Order: sequence, then structure tokens, then C-alpha cells
Amino acid sequence: MMLITCPFCGPRADTEYVYGAAAGQGYPAPDAQQHELTEYLFLRDNPKGWHRELWVHRHGCGQWVEVERNTLTHEIRQVQALLQHEGKE
Amino acid sequence: MMARKADLSDAAMLAEATVTFTFDGKTFTGRAGDTVASALLANDVHMVARSFKYHRPRGIISIGSEEPCALLTVTENGTTEPNTRATQIPLQDGLQLRSQNRWPSLGTDVFGVLNRFSAFFPAGFYYKTFMGPKGAWPFYERIIRRMAGLGQAPEMPDPARYESNFAHCDVLVAGGGAAGLSAALAAGRSGARVMLAEEQDHTGLGLLPESATIDGCAPRDWAAAMLRALQDLPNVRILQATTVAGVYDHNFVTLTERRPLLNGDAPQPRQRLWKLRAREIVMATGAAERPVLFANNDLPGVMLSSAVRAYADRYGVLAGKQAVVATSHDGGCLTACALADHGISIGAVVDSRATCAPDVAAALAKRGIGYIASSDVVAATGRKHVTGAEIRDRATGQTHRVDCDLVAMAGGWSPNAHLYAHTRRPLEYDRTLGAFVPGNEAPNFHSAGACAGKFGLAAAIAGGTEAGQAAAASCGLAVDQTERPRVIGQDYPVAPPDGIPAGLREKSTFVDLQNDVTMADIRLATRENYAAVEHLKRYTTLGMGTDQGKLGNLNGLAVLADLRGVDVAQLGTTTFRPPYTPITFAAVQGQDHGEAHHPVRRGPAHDAHERLGAVWTNAGLWKRPQFYPRPGETDLEAVNREVLAVRSGAGIVDVSTLGKIDIQGPGAIELLERVYMNGFRSLPVGKGRYGVMLREDGMVFDDGVTMRLSETHFLMSTTTGQVQQVHEHLTRQLADRWPGPDVFVTDVTENWFSCALAGPKAREVLAGLTDIDLSPDALPFMGCAQGKVAGLDARLFRISFSGELSYEINVSSDCGAALWNRLLDHGAPMGLIHYGVESMGVMRVEKGLFVVGREADGRMTADDLGLGRMASRKKDYIGAQAQRLPGVTGAGRRQLVGLRPVDAAQTIPRGASIIAADAPDGPAPPIGHVTSQVFSPHLKSSIALAAIEDGRARMDTQVLAAGPLEGRRVAATIVDPVFIDPQGERLHA
Ligand SMILES: [Zn+2]
Repeated sequence: MMLITCPFCGPRADTEYVYGAAAGQGYPAPDAQQHELTEYLFLRDNPKGWHRELWVHRHGCGQWVEVERNTLTHEIRQVQALLQHEGKE
Repeated sequence: MMARKADLSDAAMLAEATVTFTFDGKTFTGRAGDTVASALLANDVHMVARSFKYHRPRGIISIGSEEPCALLTVTENGTTEPNTRATQIPLQDGLQLRSQNRWPSLGTDVFGVLNRFSAFFPAGFYYKTFMGPKGAWPFYERIIRRMAGLGQAPEMPDPARYESNFAHCDVLVAGGGAAGLSAALAAGRSGARVMLAEEQDHTGLGLLPESATIDGCAPRDWAAAMLRALQDLPNVRILQATTVAGVYDHNFVTLTERRPLLNGDAPQPRQRLWKLRAREIVMATGAAERPVLFANNDLPGVMLSSAVRAYADRYGVLAGKQAVVATSHDGGCLTACALADHGISIGAVVDSRATCAPDVAAALAKRGIGYIASSDVVAATGRKHVTGAEIRDRATGQTHRVDCDLVAMAGGWSPNAHLYAHTRRPLEYDRTLGAFVPGNEAPNFHSAGACAGKFGLAAAIAGGTEAGQAAAASCGLAVDQTERPRVIGQDYPVAPPDGIPAGLREKSTFVDLQNDVTMADIRLATRENYAAVEHLKRYTTLGMGTDQGKLGNLNGLAVLADLRGVDVAQLGTTTFRPPYTPITFAAVQGQDHGEAHHPVRRGPAHDAHERLGAVWTNAGLWKRPQFYPRPGETDLEAVNREVLAVRSGAGIVDVSTLGKIDIQGPGAIELLERVYMNGFRSLPVGKGRYGVMLREDGMVFDDGVTMRLSETHFLMSTTTGQVQQVHEHLTRQLADRWPGPDVFVTDVTENWFSCALAGPKAREVLAGLTDIDLSPDALPFMGCAQGKVAGLDARLFRISFSGELSYEINVSSDCGAALWNRLLDHGAPMGLIHYGVESMGVMRVEKGLFVVGREADGRMTADDLGLGRMASRKKDYIGAQAQRLPGVTGAGRRQLVGLRPVDAAQTIPRGASIIAADAPDGPAPPIGHVTSQVFSPHLKSSIALAAIEDGRARMDTQVLAAGPLEGRRVAATIVDPVFIDPQGERLHA
């Protein structure tokens, strides 16, 4: 069981989190070509090694975080908050 | 008690009391403090099992968790557990033990004849022998299952209690020998939170009395003092009889604690599974003695030398009267001396080396022990017990026989480096030791003592102290490095025999005793090119037993290396996987059974439904009323009555489980525009709109009505059980795709109680209970209002899931029961009834409304569901681009349609496949499937919703609904999915 350090809650077991998707994939433009769409939707990389991914801290603060994880060793290099509240409140 | 020494003053583990137990129905006595293994040996019971494949007689080999043979079925206090190692069961009064894999009895086992036919059961025999004829496998399987295997799983529920719990610590020390005690004390004195887990019932058992002095103390006294010192530290927790079972990612560790030694009257759990997160791990798990390869090395009476000695040291049990010791290093010779001191006559020490250390030779000579150099034990003789050993001289090849009833094997030591290997780091081969040791130290992981290949007491204490200090330092604690115990004693190098002895009878030379793998099997596998270690393991089952080959693997590798003419280092090892020893499923389950395993969510009006006689159904974790049968009614009659009462009068149904998401902020409308395929910008305040949400691949994800409560405040409803997914879908878009601070989404499902009041009389019922203007102009279809309902602050939404005039009333969840009861009290005289989700489901099928999870099963587009025209063409939304992909649109997609049986007396089978009307008998290609089927009391007919290829183009044509489970085919007509009120006159009334 991995230990993922939530930027809001601190180190928590991975059972508190749910994996969402690979991070940094971008999103298809409204006028995306068919091959771009199929690649985006269905042809994802499955890298051996470092991988950026989105997790949600479901049983904690509920925030989405970006985790940099080694798919081979499960080492976690960095966990970052995604939602930037820019001091409006 | 034939095998117990007369003088038990030195037997460290024994207490006075006598304990009575049974083995295979016969009553025996042992002493308090015994294990089952020591008690059986004390009673001269050696043969305790039949082997897995050949049903050969087997005895007790070892004294620890590495035991491959002495597996028994144990019954105590009503709990029966098969495959339990006799070496690890504490003896208890009333314990019932049974041997396994024999019939009718251990002594006269009919399958024992298999042994004589062992040529027919070589490696891979399952694959080769039972290939044909076709269809014969079930016959073979019955016989093989009877013959092979270990104990039988009990059939009765286990009355014992089990626990699993979580824990955290700074330093986990695995192993309570010299290294582990030293590590725990070093870390504990620095202030670290330490947990020390010792697999045996007591720490320090492995320390040999005569080996050395530590700070002037005898080793046993030193270990006892260490334990007391640790017990005095409040930051150290000691778990005895606890195995560290597995090390997982990021130092997550599982431990199994057997019968915790706790006091008190409350019944204690039988076993406990610890799930521990340790900042640092110190592995101090010692080593297992390596068996020696010779023919019939599986006979009862063949044991590990260290085990023979430990039974004598700890329990005063002499496992034999006349022993031959087979060794390859000085430690084995010294064990022979210790056995002699206990009163076992030593027939010979057979050493594969040419000589031993001079002081060791002197010790042997002093006791008059015969030392046979440059020789190997090549066979044990005897049928059910050892009667002698055949000894072969390496130089001359000549053999001679020595009478004995015990062969003690001292073939070197294998470090127990499993926990290190669990971290997926490679082990390295140490040529001197002839064994695998941990490689480079891993971060936050330390090894000390024999498990690290550092043998001897001085090395264990020094290594343990260093590891404990390093672990504490790594936690940021200050350590006192000056504290080092002074060890005075002699250590001797450890080594296995040099090469595989020549002239072994390979078919009866066992490498893996639990799985009956012989040297001949390894030779065969090599010849058939299963010569890589992982192949060898799977082809021969070497190391695949419950012991995971703790004793056999290294010898297996040595044999394989010898056959292939390579070095063991080149072979590597198979993958070590947790658990280190088997874990009872009950311990994994712990307290998570019954309701605790599957928590039940009860809505605010649960008790009110219960009093009304609700039949419950599960929706996710929720309990929902399915229907409310009256006395004498069948289920179907109850549902029909409820449906007709709503369609002709009015009814209320609890819909609190529908998801509710509160969306607020200036950016709220933008979010809705992006996640729904239809437009929301034009939605006025005080009105709601039905929306459809797609996944990015264009398939329908969820649907529901979203109300606009103010310019910047919306309330979204989602499918029951989907609210978490929808909520996370929204928050993910906001976090990753459209970041911004101007919208907040909150799951408020549990804050509200909701019920729907539906039917032509709904307005009349509600009118007397509310100050809200219910006239169609003031509150039209899809309108919303706030006010008092039944004296409670409420939100009122005019939405419908039944096709009838309907109001959804929301009140704070703590007022839910009050609202429900006041509605019924007030409405009953007007004919208001309560109905359940089954009746609601009938009405939604009659109305042709789809449900996410049934019709919208993740493969359906909005157009498939008949909602294609809702999609906005003026905006971008999630799933919009995918609508252009081939396959997402176009001919051949399954579309939502209705089905009615041609013969109204017939019912459409649940889950039926749709096939062509003229399909011949037998399998036919499906063109669709039934998604929901109900009996419509309104139409007095079975009706169904179905997804059928190009269904809308097949209106009014016939198909067959083929029920795979019921074996029925029913002719049905494809119709519009809206069976009732297609113009919506009831809805808009
Ligand atoms: Zn968090």
C-alpha cells in the first residue's frame, strides 16, 4: 500500500485515494482531427518508469492532486495540488 | 514419556502442568509450554503426515515456521484449521489433532502404494498423463483430488474471533534474536517508537547457551535482561508469536499475531492481522538450516540438526537415541557435541570436508564421537522410520552403513532474507555461504545478523545495534553510538557441502519435501528444457507449497546449477512474494464480516418505512423500500396495486438516495454548459432542466434535473449511487481543465430528505399542506419554489419520474421522517398511498424513461437513447468531439425501443437476448438485448425496454426475446418505448 502525501492532509494511505487519469495529456480541441481524438481517447502510453497522474483524495479532503509516480518501483517523487485558489476570498 | 529427559531443570520452555491432547483419536499427554511438535516427539510419535504426491511417511523436520512436513488439522474450541505447522501450535488442554492426506489411517494408507509407482508421477505429469481422451479430465480430477493435496477446508463456520488493526511506528524490528533485541534496544533508547515482532512464542530462543559470554553474562541471561530492558521502555511494543508476513510499498507491513498473550476475562481474538506503516524496518529474521541431499532424506527420524538440539534444549525432548550427524561445517560438529551432552549417542559425524577446526576436533574426541571426514551420508534406510545411514567416502566411493534412529542434517544455513526480497530488490549470491543475501541496503530498510549473512553472536549483536541506531538516526533521533555489548566467544564459518555428492539415488532424494520434488524431477525438467528457475518452479512445483520452499529452494538451485554446469549465482532466485507464512483468511477478514463488512446506509425515514412493512432492496449501500405488501398480497400484487393507485390517485415514494450536488459561484453556469450536452444558459431562475452528461468518448455518463435557484446557484440531481463519480467528474474538470476560483461544487445528498408525491391527485393532496401556490401557472412543469410544506421549510420541484403530475419535496434530512408521516396522515383520507422503488421502476418503464446502469450501460450514446436532438450544436461540451467518430453514430448501433409480447399472456424473459424472428433453434446471433422488463398493470401485459440494432427503423416488426437462463423464446413486437401518455398530458396537468 503506497503512502501518498496530500498537500492538504499530509501522508495518507493510497486506499484513501482514487486514481483518475494520466496527467498532462491536455484535452482535445473542439475541432480536433479524428486521429487526434482516437489517440487521446484510446491510445494511451503505458510507461515503465516515471508517470504523472491525477488522483483524488476521496476519503480525505476531496481534492485532486497530481502525483509523480514510478510505475516500476512505486516510488513517489512529488505530489502537487491542482486547484490554485488565488487569494480572492 | 519415553523421549523426555529425566532432568528437565534446563528445559527453558517447560512448565510443571500436564496437558492432555489427542492425535488421530488417541490420547497423549505433554507439558505446559510444549508445542504440538515437541509433545509428539516426547511421546515418540515421529510419523505425523503422509506426503503430498506419493503418500510417503513424513515426520517433524524442523522447529520453526519453515516446517514443510508436519502439517496437521487442529481443532480447538470449535475452530478447525487445516495445514497448521505442528512446530508453531502451542499445546493446549483438549487440543484435537489430525494427520492429513491419508486414508483410512496414517499407518495403513492405501495410496501409499503410489510410492512404488513413482515412475508414473514425474515432473509435469499432470500436463502429460491426463491429456486425453477428450472429456475424461473430470474423471481423473476426482481421483487426483482424493489422492493429492493437504488438509481439507472446514465446512462449519469458525466460532473464533479475529481482528485486524492499523498501527504506525518509527522502527519495526522483525525478529527477536540477538540481532533483533540489540536493534530494538538501540532504537528504543533513542526515543524511537519501536515495534519488535518475534515469530516464536518468546524472544531470544535461538541463542545457544555455551556459545559466548556477553558483557559477562550467559547468552540466555543476556537475552532475558534485554527483554526486561525493552519492556521498561514505554516507546517499545513487543509482539511475541507474531510473524512479519509481508513488506509492501513504502514500508507498509503486515504482521500476523497468533493468540496474543493478553490477560483478562474478555475472549481474546484467536489471531490478529496488523497493518503497520513503519518509517524504518530492521530485518533480523535469522536463517534456516539447510537440509542435506541423500536418498530417503524424507523419512521420519531425519531432522535438521539445530531442531534436534533445540527440542532437547527447550523441551528436554530427545528426538532419537542414536544419531548420525551429516555436516559440512564446524557448527554441525559442535551441534553433535551438544546432542551428546544431552545424552543422545552419536554414531558418527559425517563431514564432507577433509578436516575440521582443531578445537572442534578436540571437542568431538573428548566426547568419544567418531568423525568421518571427506564423506557424505548418501542414504537413510528404513520404512517408516530411520534405521540406519549409508555413508560414502568421497575418495574411494566405498559405502558403509551405520545403525541409527536419527539423522541430523547440518547442511549450512540459508539467510531468511524474504522481507528484503519483498521490497523487490535483488538478492546476491554469497559463494562462501553458498546462499543468497540481501544486496545493497535499501532506503529505510536495514538488515542485521544471520539474515544478512553475518553469522555468529558477536556479528549479530554488533549488526543489530548498528542497524537500530541507523534506523533511529534516519528518523531524525539522536543516538548514543558508544553503547556496544562486549562479546567473548568463538564463531565458525558456515558452509554447505561442496558440490552434490556422487552416487545419490535421485528418485528418492527429496529437494522439496512438501511438494514431493526429487532430484530426478529436476533432472527431468532440465532435460525437457525447463531449466530457468521460474520454469523449473512451475514445472516441478519446487517451492510452491505453503512453506514456499524455505528449506528446499536453495538445494533445488544447487542441483539445477550442477546439472547445467553453471554457478548458482547465474541462476538467480525465483520471486519471493508475501506472505512469509500462510495467513488465515479469517485474520485478513478480521472484524469485517456481516454488517461491518458491508456497511448499510439508512435514509432519514428508514424507521417509518419499516413500520409500514417495507420489503427492502439494496441500492449501492442504501436500503430502499422496494414495495409495501399488505397481508395476503403477493409481491406482484403489491406492486400492481401501488402502481394503479398512483396512476389513479396519488402516492409518495422516498427518493432521498438520488444524488444532489450544490453548485455555486459566478462560474457555475459555465461549468454546466461544459459538462451537459444540452444548453443551460437560457434556464431562468426558478426553473429546472433535464440534462444529459457524456463521457469524453461520447457515451452517456449520467442524467438528471438541475434547478436554477439563483443566477449563480444551482442544484444538480444525479443517479442514485453515481453522485460520487459525478462530483469527482465536476471537481476534476475544475481542477485540471478549467481552473478557477469562481465555482464551488458540494455533494449535499445526505443533507436532504426527498420524496416524490405523484399522481393525478398530487396537487389536491399537497394544497392543504403548503403555502406555495401550486397552480400550473405559478408552478409549471420543471418549476421550483420554496416555502413551507407540512410546517417544514421545504424546496418544491415539479419534476416527475413516473409520467404523472408530480412534486419532489426536499426538507432538511432531520425533518425527513416528520415530512413523510405528516404527508401520509394528511393524504390518507384522500387516497394517498406509499409506494416503493419497484413500483416506481414499473412506472418509469411504462413511461419509457431510461436509467443509468440499465439502459445507459456505458455503451449507449444519447442518440441511442432517443435523445440525440437534445445535443447542443452551439457550444463545446465534454463528449462533443467524439460524436464525430465512426462507430459512435451511424447504422448498426443498438437503439432504445419498447417490446411487447405478441401473446399478452407471455412474459418477456429477464435479460433476454434479442434474435431475429425467423432464427432457427440453437444459438443465433443477437441483434440486441432486453434492459428492463416489468408487468404493466396499466396495459395488463408484460412490457420491456430493449436495445436493438437500428431499433427505431424496425418499429412494429417482430423479434424473438431469448432468455438464456429460462430457456424460453418469446415472440415480441418492437414498439415505441413510451407505453403511456406519449403526449405528456398527465405530466403537464
Ligand atoms: Zn487531502
